[in-house]
Amino acid sequence: MIVARRKPLEEIEANIQGFSRLLVVGCGTCMAVCQAGGEKEVEILATQLRMRARLTGRKQKIDEIVLPRQCDREFFEPLDGLVGNYGAILSTACGAGVQFLAERFEEVPIFPALDTLFIGVTEAPGVWAERCSACGKCLLDMTGGICPVTMCAKGLLNGPCGGTNRGKCEVDPQKDCAWTRIYRRLERLGRLRLIEQITPPRDHSVLVRPGRYSLQSAAEE
Amino acid sequence: MALTFREACSTKSFVVTAEVGPPKGTNVAHLMELVSKLRGTVDGINVTDNQSAVMKLSSLAACRLVLEAGGEPILQLTCRDRNRLALQSDLLAAWVLGIRNVLCLTGDHVRIGDHPAAKPVFDLDSVQLLQLVGRLNAGQDLAGNSLDGAPNFFAGAAVTPGADPLEPQLLKFRKKIVAGAKFFQTQAVFDLDELKRFLDRAQPDGVTILAGIVLLVSPRMAQFLNENIPGVFVPDRLIDRLASVPKEKRLNEGIRIAAELVRAIRDQGLCQGVHIMAIGREEKVLEILHAAE
Repeated sequence: MIVARRKPLEEIEANIQGFSRLLVVGCGTCMAVCQAGGEKEVEILATQLRMRARLTGRKQKIDEIVLPRQCDREFFEPLDGLVGNYGAILSTACGAGVQFLAERFEEVPIFPALDTLFIGVTEAPGVWAERCSACGKCLLDMTGGICPVTMCAKGLLNGPCGGTNRGKCEVDPQKDCAWTRIYRRLERLGRLRLIEQITPPRDHSVLVRPGRYSLQSAAEE
Repeated sequence: MALTFREACSTKSFVVTAEVGPPKGTNVAHLMELVSKLRGTVDGINVTDNQSAVMKLSSLAACRLVLEAGGEPILQLTCRDRNRLALQSDLLAAWVLGIRNVLCLTGDHVRIGDHPAAKPVFDLDSVQLLQLVGRLNAGQDLAGNSLDGAPNFFAGAAVTPGADPLEPQLLKFRKKIVAGAKFFQTQAVFDLDELKRFLDRAQPDGVTILAGIVLLVSPRMAQFLNENIPGVFVPDRLIDRLASVPKEKRLNEGIRIAAELVRAIRDQGLCQGVHIMAIGREEKVLEILHAAE
């Protein structure tokens, strides 16, 4: 899933303070799971903003709605006929959802309430960690299911750098050295031969940003 | 006529290189003073490339200055700040400026340097960079296009004998040899048993290994290395030795320790040479070499 964290309240407030009617739009899939912008978080954010409005003497009506997802048009329907009543929308979707919403409602300013962080997993309750960079060419078959592009701070493809230290990373000693993990796992599996050959440089042309993928054109190829 | 670094590696029984860092700014007076002292004494002057991800004058320009001043420069080139186009054009530039030796490094992450907000590049890694040098030497760029005039670099790489765990380091070391590294300079070595263990495991036939010698100037510096530099281990007996002499004599004690290491490596024939890193005290390299005789 996509993982995000809420922006500081001051930053959000600075964006929305000039609008007398504000709609906070939640996102009920990834953002609910990572506790950044689902139903509960939207309620908290809207309440905080209302309190701040009252404290600072700002006249502002703030309403809430939560969509199942903001990355699929079919879920936008409840907003049709509703958005026109508001001066601005505050979205608690990831960056993709915010943009998709902005494309649909061109006449209204849309603000992000979150900073989108990464594609990740739930490591422990309340702890999420990155696992995938969406690089367009998966290498996990040769690296023991541990991604060197994402899990190595330098994205190295041919083994650890000189900064690796007792299995930890020079960039952050709290984090594991991906190449030490890859080596040990392949050693356990008896598959070290997978990384004995030199891996050539990545082909960045497989995914030119912004990425786009269509089933139909894939079938035609 | 002095030997080139490549010639020294193939003919001399003991090769010595010294490391210098370009200035942060345009004042190259100190650098030039060091070069005038080191040239003729060492077989190569190794110029760092934004070392520790701290922004400095470019290694390429400093190497040219070393050359003009009569030294034999070794260009350090990291993958941190340049993508494959920039690496190739800088290598071609280095060749036409007369630079013949290149040390291919991954580079420290920008996060630990003085511009932590910078975008780290790492388009290639050190193994791929070595292969790239080989491609250019063979008259082709990385995309397979022919070059109009090819370089003929003498390429090397780094290795950490004290890496923990050692096996992944050995895997990369072997890849670097396959990728074309002809010489290696090691991370700082203080414990010769550790170096011997590495050499036993690595069996580095056909390449020149230069053992890294760092000049210790205080017990605090030794402790700092132990705590902060991966794969560097200063034994307690050396720290105690530095601590046992008065402050004003510690630099001399450090010079003596470095000289003893150089002498032992040379006399026991452990490596084909040494690479001396007298960080901030580069003028002391001559004293270390003199004391090691």
